[in-house]
Amino acid sequence: MTAAPPPPASGAPGPVAAPPKFAAAARVALADTALRSGLRGAAAAARERRSAFPEPADWEDLREAGRAIKDEALLNLDAHLEELERAVTEAGGTVHWAAGAAEARRIVTGLVRASGAAEVVKSTSAVTREIGLAGALARAGVAVRETGLGELLAQPGEDGQASYRDRAGGPSDDPAVLAEAARLRLRERFLGARVAVTGANFLVAETGTLVLLESEGNGRMCLTLPDTLISVAGIEKVVPTWADLEVLLQLLPHSSSGAPMTPYVSSWTGVTPGDGPREFHLVLLDNGRTKALADEVGRAALRCIGCSACLDVCPVYERTGPAPYGPVRAGPIGAILTPQLRGVERAAEASLPFASTLCGACADVCPVKIDIPEVLVHLRGRVVESRRHRPVPTPELVLMRGLAWTMSDPRRYEAALRRGTRWARLMSRGGRIRRLPGLLGKWTDARDLPAPPPATFRAWWSGRRR
Amino acid sequence: MSSRDEVLRRVRDALGGARGTHPAVPRGYARRLAGTDAADVPALFGERVAENRAAVRHVGADELATAVAAALWGREAKQIVVPADLPFGWLAELDGVRAMADRPVIDVDALAAADGVVTGCAVAIARTGTVVLDGGPTQGRRALTLLPAYHLCVVQAEQIVGTVPEALERLDPSRPLTWISGPSAAHGAGAAAPAGAEGVHGPRHLEVLVVED
Repeated sequence: MTAAPPPPASGAPGPVAAPPKFAAAARVALADTALRSGLRGAAAAARERRSAFPEPADWEDLREAGRAIKDEALLNLDAHLEELERAVTEAGGTVHWAAGAAEARRIVTGLVRASGAAEVVKSTSAVTREIGLAGALARAGVAVRETGLGELLAQPGEDGQASYRDRAGGPSDDPAVLAEAARLRLRERFLGARVAVTGANFLVAETGTLVLLESEGNGRMCLTLPDTLISVAGIEKVVPTWADLEVLLQLLPHSSSGAPMTPYVSSWTGVTPGDGPREFHLVLLDNGRTKALADEVGRAALRCIGCSACLDVCPVYERTGPAPYGPVRAGPIGAILTPQLRGVERAAEASLPFASTLCGACADVCPVKIDIPEVLVHLRGRVVESRRHRPVPTPELVLMRGLAWTMSDPRRYEAALRRGTRWARLMSRGGRIRRLPGLLGKWTDARDLPAPPPATFRAWWSGRRR
Repeated sequence: MSSRDEVLRRVRDALGGARGTHPAVPRGYARRLAGTDAADVPALFGERVAENRAAVRHVGADELATAVAAALWGREAKQIVVPADLPFGWLAELDGVRAMADRPVIDVDALAAADGVVTGCAVAIARTGTVVLDGGPTQGRRALTLLPAYHLCVVQAEQIVGTVPEALERLDPSRPLTWISGPSAAHGAGAAAPAGAEGVHGPRHLEVLVVED
């Protein structure tokens, strides 16, 4: 018996391999039955929680106002960013600008090093995940303490200690026991922390105020206890005025949980003597957002306020979960945001606009009225367009060019029909074709094809005339 | 070119001709309560606080000290912390409970060890059952209401507004604000967090006393 060849690389990419495209990554997720039942349960629970609360009578008016407020912010983004910078600086904060992810990581790492702290506490934030901040800090020798309960339980045994489930007096799934164990451990971390890293939901340009919504309280801990606070936010989080919050602070809570208000909303403007951090840094991140801004259709995605309502209603997300969407954002909003931020050159991003049935449930629930299906279709066009001039054309393009050549001449078309019909009838069994050859086989992976009739319409017509 | 200038240049290039257009913001949403909700604002506030899984009691001004003491006995609190400027009258009936004022500043370990904290608030919102603290009189700094396991918040009826827009009109953005709608919860943390895991970070129990004359 000869030694078996090494198994081919599985779906999990190595450090240099390109991330897999959506369909490939989704296949892994779909094969995980525990994950699927968990996702189904979570989605059902989210919908039930939401339906327990009535929709405000003026909901449509709030959505219209929210859409217009974010549009106003985006169409005057340069002016609002400069106003924000002025206001934050006047209030005792420092504003940093990062054109890309690497620069943002460098800025934050530098600030942490300058503070002399060996560890930071960090609250859950989409933007820090997008730029891979935790990994960068760890490589720089800084211990990153995640403080969200979800992250904590998702990574048991980190920092070389027993998991929380085990430390809570034997393996336990009792929520109260787990919560108590987590509370004690997290308290130690917070009380000794000198630097915190957070995100922010809104940046008010007029007043230089940052706003953070959360339900656990770990955000409040990060904002209040350490000496140095570093907040990282995308430039699209800017809103023009303080009064605009009267709309957004109604839209976001209702769309994310159904409840009229999120348990904790914190706002801070620079630093306040005697209350909270002595040093405040705001890192403003572009990282592809200006590319999305340049697309008149696609820029609507930047209105997103991060409520996750579109995830809870998406039939695709409910089955695949977040992993196949990559690190930026999951669900329908990720499918339109990630390809714009990262470009559509790689297969992973280019496949995202196709990861949808275009059912439109996401657009119905979006609190700032992002027409996600419209942007998906628009981006599908961009993906096809970007591949038109490649030296090696895509199979789809070869097929379409071949069809165009065949169909542009009646004789060629008739001959192709005759040959095609003959081959198709040879492959059919019982009036159905179960498997097409080559790349066409992808079509018959999930469905049968009816066999064509014995004679084409053209053959029948010309036979009748004679 | 600095990154600041680079980002701003990219924004301007991206917007092109669209830059500087100001879409009208339609503000047809409700700014005030209407109908039956507007009839008794403190009652609506009480209902919504209770829906946020917090305890709530309506008391007369002359009953406040008794109500504060009763709430703390109910929690078996021995050692509480209070803002330095909390009215002495609120704590006049305490017996067997030691109240420590935040002056000189209490260190975080002592705050975390306290059984509870008593404060007032800046504004309360009926429609959402929210109390808003701004670090002003009777509230103290933010850490005071964050570390103890129990928060007793006294709300005067005239501090209650109907809606979020009304609250923002009264609040000063330059102050650090904390909007509290119920005790610390974990169900926002996604599928990985167990249902019912409450109070991992902030106070596990919130109790509100609404003072009406």
